[in-house]
Amino acid sequence: MSQYYTATDHFVLVPAIMLALFGCAILLFDFWVFPEPKQRKWLLAFLALGEAFAGYGLWQQHTYIAGQGIAELTAFQGSLVVDGFSLFFNWMFIAAASIVALMSYRYLEVEGEHHGEYYSLILLAQCGMYFLASGADLITLFVGLELMALCFYIMVGFLRSDKRSNEAAMKYLLLGGFSSGFLAYGFSLLYGLSGSTKLSEIGVAIARRDPADPVLLLAMVTTTVGLLFKISAVPFHMWAPDAYEGAPTTVTAYLSVGSKAASIAFLLRIFLGPLASARAAWEPLLVFAAIASLTVGNLAAISQHNIKRLLAYSSISHAGYMLLGLVAGNETGIKGVAVYVLVYTFTNLGVFLVIVALRREGLVGDNIDDLAGLMHKSPGYALLMLICLLSLAGIPPTAGFIGKYYIFLSLIQAGRYVLAAAAALYVAVAIYYYFRIVRSMFMSDAEDAGAMETTFGVRVAAALTGLGTLGIGIFPEPFLRFAGQSLIR
Amino acid sequence: MTTAVPLSWYLILSAILFGLGVAGFVFRRNIITVFMSIELMLNAVNLSFVAFSYQLRQTDGHIYTFFVMVVAAAEAAVGLAIILTVFKNRATLEIDEVSDLKN
Amino acid sequence: MPESYVELYFPVFLQVLIAMAVAGGMIGGSYLLGRKVKNRIKDTPYECGITPTGSARGRFSVKFYLVAMLFILFDIEAVFLYPWAVVYRELKLFAFVEMFIFIVLILCGFFYIWKKGALDWSQQERPPEER
Repeated sequence: MSQYYTATDHFVLVPAIMLALFGCAILLFDFWVFPEPKQRKWLLAFLALGEAFAGYGLWQQHTYIAGQGIAELTAFQGSLVVDGFSLFFNWMFIAAASIVALMSYRYLEVEGEHHGEYYSLILLAQCGMYFLASGADLITLFVGLELMALCFYIMVGFLRSDKRSNEAAMKYLLLGGFSSGFLAYGFSLLYGLSGSTKLSEIGVAIARRDPADPVLLLAMVTTTVGLLFKISAVPFHMWAPDAYEGAPTTVTAYLSVGSKAASIAFLLRIFLGPLASARAAWEPLLVFAAIASLTVGNLAAISQHNIKRLLAYSSISHAGYMLLGLVAGNETGIKGVAVYVLVYTFTNLGVFLVIVALRREGLVGDNIDDLAGLMHKSPGYALLMLICLLSLAGIPPTAGFIGKYYIFLSLIQAGRYVLAAAAALYVAVAIYYYFRIVRSMFMSDAEDAGAMETTFGVRVAAALTGLGTLGIGIFPEPFLRFAGQSLIR
Repeated sequence: MTTAVPLSWYLILSAILFGLGVAGFVFRRNIITVFMSIELMLNAVNLSFVAFSYQLRQTDGHIYTFFVMVVAAAEAAVGLAIILTVFKNRATLEIDEVSDLKN
Repeated sequence: MPESYVELYFPVFLQVLIAMAVAGGMIGGSYLLGRKVKNRIKDTPYECGITPTGSARGRFSVKFYLVAMLFILFDIEAVFLYPWAVVYRELKLFAFVEMFIFIVLILCGFFYIWKKGALDWSQQERPPEER
């Protein structure tokens, strides 16, 4: 320890160190310690160990913050910050990565793909997410974002001999790189306007400037474009359906919850931090993006036959709801976004888990007809799918209702009745296309009698997502309190 | 007193380079060229960071530039690898011909 | 101190002029003074004195791309050594430890590609099933 690397710095960095360490270790152990195919389970065990260590570091941060009664703990001269917000999102990333890893083992076996690299990429992507949730400096945030994005580019194209996976990776890479360029350009202008890369100092400098300053507007617009790309909001959504459809299903699951949640955390950090004083300028942009996302997402989802593509459009519409919480801007709204992301994480993982469980030799399982008669074949998974779809649509007593409730409440509190009405209208559209899947599962007969082959890991993951989706819906109190602590002040 | 080139010139050059990158991304049809346009955008960002950093007599911007360079290199490596697999499976690098995923 | 841009950049302008004059003078001089012989061998592209074989538009082996990609990656990491070297005396042991960790992480990647066979030039393409 020295003045450049204090005990506090280390304390704040521990989870990221653990994720990176185990990520690299799994990469090397893949051919060094556990080269036999039979030993693959050990790689998964190492991933679990890495998550456990990261979780322990996070738990220590959590108890320290709560014990000392402080709002935040900064490290590296203010480049990293641990506060309720970063803790909330990091817990969610640990849950998402663990559930995805649990459902991936069997999927990778069926696809005949490498295990070591895949698990390593999951951990390294999560390391990037850690920096996105706790970064308070443009450099940290940018490097974290790119670490996450690069891991996802590789994971989306993980099935190297599959044409669709290649294509998805290529489209995601090109559009992701394009959006990173916009973001970096916006960051360079923000740096030039304020003379600092620290979010807090940028905020102070921007508050002093004239809000109509053209350079400030250019910086804000380019940053917003980059961020909207990352959360796949309309009109910058075109990568999402292709990337979601072509990627391996487990990666789609991770992409739709991990990358989305991290990008939302990033977006909230930027808009509620340095750009908070320019609210009048960015609010119309976000209102437009939110309404466009709801419209395009919901209407395009109606005509889809591929579930992954349908869920991609549904994910676009959910990005619209999350943006509406930010548009409302009051405490309920921000808390609503946090709860919404949490709920969405468990729910979406549940839906993808059923699609992953359907995958076997000769069946991809991503067509709506592949779900036909699931109720007769495996009622447990059909029920999980039903609960999760109800939650995505926002019907009580599932968790999705809580998320949507807070978003609508915040809009009404902020006096934005038109937005609230429009958002409520789209819930009806969403119910229609989610119930197409339900109808296929419950009303039609199975086309093939092949039973689902599941493993212990998949069953544990199914239990976790089901419990999460129902649990948050029935006992929302502790989660709401936790989300309430996560507000950025 | 007149010293070196004023900041605004650098910024205008950076904006032009960035605009060229965006235009190349939107209008070019070859995957490699599209990818190069992204690199051009990142280089425009670098130029603007260095110009600001020089003007402000700080090192933060220079450091950011280092990171952007490394990120661009990593992106190029991953990108070329992905483009190679696309080419291997389809034997084309025209972006319009790589379109299996559609509504 | 120079008063205007014209004055400030006059040396640059002068240098450009001289450079163009030297280049133009050399080409023009050899054009005027040199002996001109034209035959088929003279018209072939110059390749270090070796007779060129095949077309230049042929497809290169994918291994060149691989090596180029790996080169970019490991080469660009060296960029961090420069700022490190500048502040090394100031930070003392801390800088040493930091760079040690950085190099170890890079070596992890290096070891990985080595074991994956990306550095073997002569090796045949591996079947995809092989780990």
